[in-house]
Amino acid sequence: MIQAIMVFNNHGKPRLVRFYQRFPEEIQQQIVRETFHLVLKRDDNICNFLEGGSLIGGSDYKLIYRHYATLYFVFCVDSSESELGILDLIQVFVETLDKCFENVCELDLIFHMDKVHYILQEVVMGGMVLETNMNEIVAQIEAQNRLEKSEGGLSAAPARAVSAVKNINLPEIPRNINIGDLNIKVPNLSPFV
Amino acid sequence: MVVPSLKLQDLIEEIRGAKTQAQEREVIQKECAHIRASFRDGDPLHRHRQLAKLLYVHMLGYPAHFGQMECLKLIASPRFSDKRMGYLGAMLLLDERQDAHLLITNSIKNDLSQGSQPVQGLALCTLSTVGSAEMCRDLATEVEKLLLQPSPYVRKKAVLTAVHMIRKVPELSNIFLPPCAQLLQERHHGILLGTITLITELCEGSPAALRHFRKVVPQLVEILRTLVTSGYSAEHSISGVSDPFLQDPQGPVELKGRGKEALGSQPDPSRCSPQRWIFLLSPMTPYPMSSSIFQPLTQPQVQILRLLRILGRNHEDSSETMNDLLAQVATNTETSRNAGNAVLLETVLTIMDIRSAAGLRVLAVNILGRFLLNSDKNIRYVALTSLLRLVQSDHSAVQRHRSTVVECLQEPDTSLSRRALELSLALVNSSNVRSMTRELQGFLESCPPDLRADCASGILLAAERFAPTKRWHIDTILHVLTTAGTHVRDDAVANLTQLIGGAQELHAYSVCRLYSALAEDISQQPLVQVAAWCIGEYGDLLLEGSCEETEPLQVEEEEVLVLLEKVLQSHMSLPATRGYALTALMKLSTRLRGDNNRIRQVVSIYGSCLDVELQQRAVEYNTLFRKYDHMRAAILEKMPLMERGGPQVDEEAEESKEARLSEAAPVPTEPQASKLLDLLDLLDGTSGDSQHPPLDPSPGGTLVHLLDLPCAPPALAPIPNVKVFEREGLQLNLSFARPSEIPALLLITATATNSSGSDVTHFVCQAAVPKSIQLQLQAPSGDTVPAQGGLPITQLLRILNPNKAPLRLKLRLTYNHFGQSVQEIFEVNNLPLETWQ
Repeated sequence: MIQAIMVFNNHGKPRLVRFYQRFPEEIQQQIVRETFHLVLKRDDNICNFLEGGSLIGGSDYKLIYRHYATLYFVFCVDSSESELGILDLIQVFVETLDKCFENVCELDLIFHMDKVHYILQEVVMGGMVLETNMNEIVAQIEAQNRLEKSEGGLSAAPARAVSAVKNINLPEIPRNINIGDLNIKVPNLSPFV
Repeated sequence: MVVPSLKLQDLIEEIRGAKTQAQEREVIQKECAHIRASFRDGDPLHRHRQLAKLLYVHMLGYPAHFGQMECLKLIASPRFSDKRMGYLGAMLLLDERQDAHLLITNSIKNDLSQGSQPVQGLALCTLSTVGSAEMCRDLATEVEKLLLQPSPYVRKKAVLTAVHMIRKVPELSNIFLPPCAQLLQERHHGILLGTITLITELCEGSPAALRHFRKVVPQLVEILRTLVTSGYSAEHSISGVSDPFLQDPQGPVELKGRGKEALGSQPDPSRCSPQRWIFLLSPMTPYPMSSSIFQPLTQPQVQILRLLRILGRNHEDSSETMNDLLAQVATNTETSRNAGNAVLLETVLTIMDIRSAAGLRVLAVNILGRFLLNSDKNIRYVALTSLLRLVQSDHSAVQRHRSTVVECLQEPDTSLSRRALELSLALVNSSNVRSMTRELQGFLESCPPDLRADCASGILLAAERFAPTKRWHIDTILHVLTTAGTHVRDDAVANLTQLIGGAQELHAYSVCRLYSALAEDISQQPLVQVAAWCIGEYGDLLLEGSCEETEPLQVEEEEVLVLLEKVLQSHMSLPATRGYALTALMKLSTRLRGDNNRIRQVVSIYGSCLDVELQQRAVEYNTLFRKYDHMRAAILEKMPLMERGGPQVDEEAEESKEARLSEAAPVPTEPQASKLLDLLDLLDGTSGDSQHPPLDPSPGGTLVHLLDLPCAPPALAPIPNVKVFEREGLQLNLSFARPSEIPALLLITATATNSSGSDVTHFVCQAAVPKSIQLQLQAPSGDTVPAQGGLPITQLLRILNPNKAPLRLKLRLTYNHFGQSVQEIFEVNNLPLETWQ
């Protein structure tokens, strides 16, 4: 069973925290901090498994994590899960995020925490693996988003705006970008306000 | 005053803009106050937004419990977007230990039966996350109906919810077991995955279900076969782009530089990292897009293999059915991808767990051996973990990969080297102990600090089990103590001293080795302790230089004393170590040829030591010098060989305590000296539980008092049972027990037996005691005593008698026997004195 799913950035700021076993809030925060310190010590080129921290339940639990650019995705699982399977599940999750947010980056997770939760809900449910087929996950999320949009929810507007901005810019940005181009200014994302 | 409500995005920006932790706290507290006010006003328009803000704040670790009721209101709303947010809030904020969560039961029930598919999905997801036992009982039938719903989306979620329900309420298995047969027909892999999880859970829960599902093994095998074959074809069609590993990444496309000014002004870089839009998936990150096209079919395969493992364990027929397929998967699975390796690994573990053919088992272990050589560290890790699981059952097969395992010790990654260490330790046996220990000792010198303790104790344990010779054993422990002395457990000292004590022929050798080790380093406490002990015991052998095996060591008395004094004075020495050193000095006073003035001087100095233990010892030794010098030599004799210390021995000692007490009593003088020795001994592992002989009025008597240590009170003699009543075959006996931790408490067990030809019914026993004593009557084991010596009734009486007042006990028995009712009141007048004295 998956005990907890944590996403935090290279500085340990939580971006997504989901526990499938109840811990009091303070303990949850401590677990996130402890986990962050455990994975931070590790180089990128060593294996993606490590023993669970002391808070989350001792030696039967493993932390399985992947480090993507600025974010760590950590799954805490017990011995009833296949380590390699979970490792791929993380990749599925991140690739799904990438599809849903179109070139996902940390800011997407920050500003759309609720959406990330909804996507995760279609991958893992109650600590059990629900779905590993990315196309199916994306289809469900899109269907639900359409439903929300049809209700005319205001909450859908910013997401539309972001994807609009990204779509406008994407073709103009060359695949091979020079360091000198780094300070290209993007038009202010005024639709947010 | 109307405060315009902040949008989620604005709040996040404001939080990210905060330069210090305090500022952030301030922003959040202010906003939380707004959110509370808005909740209080019951503003339905902004409820969705307020909860979203609250959940963000909650993730950052701030209290958010006041949002719980708002979740309930949002769930009850007819709008999907409200429900979505409400259910998310419920999953994150509600706690099944509070009653609030029960309030959503009704909403979930409605949504399950009437909602649209996405709403049903949300309700199921919430149920499987926060559903308590009570909720599960209430909603089981709703979920059962959804199991056979046409929509696969709802069905797969219902199946997993069923798993959660069984975990919470095992009795619900009865509801969810029957639909499994139909669910297994399903080809939708999401449902299949859930169904397999459900069956696994059922099988683990009850042996009856396990027997039931053994019947479907052929079907499971068929499903797996289909998955395996179609898995390959699916993979080929997906990866039409050819192998991504072979693709040439087109130059370093790293940071898609886009000004992040769009979001947030210039915040403190250390507090919020993404300066630019750094994409999580890019060719530069370790896991570029599609580097592992995860086969959607992998997870079901893995789950089926796990289920087969449970079904085939210790079951010949089921294992037989699986054999062929497992062989096929084991040989044909493509391993260039992580997904393939995941399946292969599960296959290997299944083969090893069930009763599979011998050839297959060899193949499986060899696959793991191949994994050990894989370039992917994750694969090596799981290989080591799996081998560790197999090492008990298939020791010799794993043994063949020993050299590879030992190589893994050199991994720089601690996750890997820890596994390799555990496995290496498990592989040590009597034939390879010498070479393995050499490897492990090499590892001990270089290993990361957090592994050192495990490694050291592992070597010691292995040496103890498989030591070919005592000499080798002593050398090994010594080596561990010198390289990782501070990391060994305390009992290593006791073990080594005992080992040396028992090997008489090696006394001289050990003391020489230890002396040289001590001369080099006095900081490793366990080493110093053992060395001090040995020098004390066998100091004479050291000075004789009689050891032929090492290069002759010429040691002067003076040097030994200086060294021990150095240990006593060193700031690194623990109090226990000083104790060892002081005792060693004392013992040397009879083993050295020179005069004892120097020793006496040191001992008297420590008579005013601040450490109480050390001071007491020094004062005792001083007294020994001054008053009882004639007995000193006898008292400081060599230690007799100790019994092997350990928990089992302690238990035995406990049992034979009584016997030993009576044996020891009639021998007054002889054991007294050895008793003293025991007391002088710092290693009071086994001496603690032996009893004092009665004191003898000899000159040594005072000394015994002086050195007396607190000792467990003698065990209480058992109190004899008493028969208190007998009439027409009905008999009442009392037996007594007194728990040693509460001496004022007396436990009386009243046992009523019936040897007559008729049952005794409606049996009631009541008791009364004087006012100064408290009595508690526990419920009896029944009220009928069957005839002809049937099962007797027992009843426990707890009597608390703190003042040790004389115990009097009055009993009233009422019962029906031979068709008439009987009442008896009597005082128990033959209570043994021990019951209250």
